[in-house]
Amino acid sequence: MGHRISVTINGTVHEAEVESRLLLVHFLREVLGLTGTHIGCDTTNCGACTVLLQGRAVKSCTVLAVQADGREVMTVEGLARNGQLHPVQEGFFEKHGLQCGFCTPGMMMSAYALLQQNPNPSEGEIRWGISGNLCRCTGYVNIVEAVKYAAEKMRATPAAAELERS
Amino acid sequence: MIPDRFEYVAPSSVAEAVGLLQRYGAEAKVLAGGHSLIPLMKLRLASPRYLVDINRIRGLAQLQEDDGTLGVGALTRHADLETSELIRSRYPLLADAARVIADPLVRNMGTLAGSLAHADPAGDWGAAMLAVRAQVVATGPRRDRTIPIDEFFVDTFTTTLGPDEIVSEIRVPKPSPRSGGAYLKVERKVGDFAIAAVGTYVVLDEKGACRQVGIGLCNVGATSLRAKRAEETLRGRVPDEKAIADAARAASEECDPASDLRGPAEYKRDLVRVLIGRALRRAVQRAKGGA
Ligand SMILES: Cc1cc2nc3c(=O)[nH]c(=O)nc-3n(C[C@H](O)[C@H](O)[C@H](O)COP(=O)(O)OP(=O)(O)OC[C@H]3O[C@@H](n4cnc5c(N)ncnc54)[C@H](O)[C@@H]3O)c2cc1C
Ligand code: FES
Ligand code: FES
Repeated sequence: MGHRISVTINGTVHEAEVESRLLLVHFLREVLGLTGTHIGCDTTNCGACTVLLQGRAVKSCTVLAVQADGREVMTVEGLARNGQLHPVQEGFFEKHGLQCGFCTPGMMMSAYALLQQNPNPSEGEIRWGISGNLCRCTGYVNIVEAVKYAAEKMRATPAAAELERS
Repeated sequence: MIPDRFEYVAPSSVAEAVGLLQRYGAEAKVLAGGHSLIPLMKLRLASPRYLVDINRIRGLAQLQEDDGTLGVGALTRHADLETSELIRSRYPLLADAARVIADPLVRNMGTLAGSLAHADPAGDWGAAMLAVRAQVVATGPRRDRTIPIDEFFVDTFTTTLGPDEIVSEIRVPKPSPRSGGAYLKVERKVGDFAIAAVGTYVVLDEKGACRQVGIGLCNVGATSLRAKRAEETLRGRVPDEKAIADAARAASEECDPASDLRGPAEYKRDLVRVLIGRALRRAVQRAKGGA
């Protein structure tokens, strides 16, 4: 049986009729065409599918679309505003935080969630914060540098920059 | 991977949820954090006809102390325990355990109650709850049942919960004066289940001897295990190096690990011995006011 759901994604309300077994990641990618969120392992291990659900970073391959009914989701597409990269994206660009880029959307969403909770993380806290996201290319060193870059930039230009972007 | 077809229902009260479980019986499954159940459904190792999502029930995410116990709600996530100041300051064993379960993303969804209901011997909360002698509150059609954790696990993936019962709360006794706990786990890589893990809880008397001892073992048996003989070995004794070594040896003898991809049984037994020694030392240190 179909379920009528209404999900706010990156600030926009999306309504759709979905099967109860549809996974949130498939809803994002296949129903809405938001293919920034990747599917890596499909077995809840890699974090490529990470999105924010009610502000918390979760693996969208292990959440049902119906569970997101009436809730807020943020995907990697929600990071940049008005054509301007988010400091987290800028960090990955500046610090060479990716090679193939497959893990990057999930990695950035975990980094974003971490920086919301902890604006000034230590290197250990950054590594801890992204420990649910696997990268097979970089060896993580530059990813950690990218998150440090983003943290510094966000601390230097806090609320004003956010307002300007929105 | 896509789960088999099922009917999704999201009740707004525990009573309504129990009513649905009564109606659908064994064909229904409760959905809490979904981080054990949904992976199983995607692999089609579980194919419930009805999924009763309890996430829309209000008032189930509590984490607070009242009359002698800490109440942990059915929707309190691993991450809520990990980041709680109350847990960090007063329940070191729980704080230790919360931060080594899976990874931060899983911890944002998974619940303590769901972990116990799932009854995977590799689940960390089972061992932790045995060590602190928690109670499971089950709500069914008639009345609430309070189940001591020692009576909760029956076998691998099997508990004493009835098909029409929901775990509504977990109750953990408040820490006594001169008590301390610790949880230690060895895993192959971050985010993995334990090769072996142990939880230890001690209460010292005025003379520094162990008045109370709780030891839980993870992933070294068909269920989460209480190390009964190790507890007895230590009870009434001053926890010096000799007493701790005796308890650690007893635990390594009474556990029952299987050889698998995580290592041979012999290695796991010795790991239990080493971990119990470390965790007991840390628990005693904390009981004496150390960190
Ligand atoms: C990659 C990965 C790594 C993991 N690593 C670890 C680890 O290291 N240590 C660890 O302990 N766990 C680990 N887990 C499991 C995780 O902690 C789960 O979240 C937890 O075991 C189940 O909790 P849940 O809330 O997600 O339950 P669900 O998946 O929603 O449910 C699990 C089972 O319990 C039943 N159930 C749930 N809640 C209730 C309730 N209130 N009343 C009655 N029945 C209920 C369900 O019907 C189902 O049968 C891991 C999971 C993943 C995906
Ligand atoms: S695709 Fe979701 S965790 Fe790998
Ligand atoms: S950049 Fe290739 S997986 Fe991370």
